[in-house]
Amino acid sequence: MYTQGLDQKDKSAPKRDAMEAPEQLEAFQARIDGEEKIEAKDWMPEAYRRTLIRQISQHAHSEIIGMQPEGNWLTRAPTLKRKAILLAKIQDEAGHGLYLYSAGETLGVSRDQMVADLLSGKAKYSSIFNYPTLTWADIGAIGWLVDGAAIMNQIPLCRCSYGPYSRAMVRICKEESFHQRQGFDILRVLCEGSREQKAMAQDALDRWWWPSLMMFGPSDAESKHSAQSMAWKIKRFSNDELRQKFVDVTVPQADFLGLKVPDDDLEFDKETGHYRFGEIDWQEFIEVIQGNGPCNKQRMAKRRTAHDDGAWVREAAQAYAGKQAAKHAA
Amino acid sequence: MSKKEWPLYEVFIRSKSGLSHRHAGSIHAADDQMALDHARDTYTRRSEGVSIWVVRSSQIIASDPAEAAAFFEPAEDKIYRHPTFYEIPDGVENL
Repeated sequence: MYTQGLDQKDKSAPKRDAMEAPEQLEAFQARIDGEEKIEAKDWMPEAYRRTLIRQISQHAHSEIIGMQPEGNWLTRAPTLKRKAILLAKIQDEAGHGLYLYSAGETLGVSRDQMVADLLSGKAKYSSIFNYPTLTWADIGAIGWLVDGAAIMNQIPLCRCSYGPYSRAMVRICKEESFHQRQGFDILRVLCEGSREQKAMAQDALDRWWWPSLMMFGPSDAESKHSAQSMAWKIKRFSNDELRQKFVDVTVPQADFLGLKVPDDDLEFDKETGHYRFGEIDWQEFIEVIQGNGPCNKQRMAKRRTAHDDGAWVREAAQAYAGKQAAKHAA
Repeated sequence: MSKKEWPLYEVFIRSKSGLSHRHAGSIHAADDQMALDHARDTYTRRSEGVSIWVVRSSQIIASDPAEAAAFFEPAEDKIYRHPTFYEIPDGVENL
């Protein structure tokens, strides 16, 4: 999900890269081509390191911001069981953020720095979390579609060439499967319910379908970072390939629910065995990325407030630890 | 930002008795007890462990990957340490 590769280009690039000997770069590429994993302290090109820091931190930020749209329904979940499940899911998102920050830190950037870049707006997070959750059915749609798209993107990342990232992804993928199923389950129950409930599920699909397709990032023709990331085996499939896979597996699930995918051009192509689908509104995508989506400002404001409000807790814990250590030393 | 970042701890988890602890990842915590609590909440939400070790990352002494070839070289030429080095004549069993 979460790895749309959208951050601004790195301006510090040429200086460091000039110091890298061609033999070193070749040896590095040979390790990658031989499917060796790269570990934290291994030599790596600065551009590889920067790409990973950008991608991993963006991914981590997405997990953290992603708690907000779901948190919106926590106190209004329809039953205690649904509330407990949603709480567990949101806690998982926090956990995923932490696994990823932990993987990012192995590349020599501190968590504080990554968080500072999020709060200052320098680092991005996935476009999808800038859409509002208007009804309970949206919680179902997020689990089913957003986490479904995330799984599609994240399964190949389990084989990413960078060891700490790939290990974090293995852990995350195991947990995402629960997220997707609980989302589908919410929608299934709504679809089996009253006419109003089914309409609510359809409305959620109508609003979340296209933003979910945008999660895979720009089309291959427009994707700046793709070719190099593929060569480094950070990425294994192109944005368009993953998007197609997602459409192919998701449409039959919508059929099962009796919901209509909001795309008049959607059609199964018997020859290729794939669904053909309509054009994505890339202008909307660009707007959301640039900060003009429905909830960008609200998400960032809430994150900053939460961070500031927690400052005294972090400081108090540190002061307590300092006192305990002093007592221990005495 | 907090004035100083909480120290980093590496987390090792024993998934069940009989197995050794295995590196799971890292967490930040103000002190050792909090490190254990955070490690539990972060890495064992689905009963992945029966025991956790945490250790300050700064306390770990690690070998240098750039020196790996020289560092591990003494073992390279001692193939006679492996049973496959030895030829077993036909007809000899249970060896």
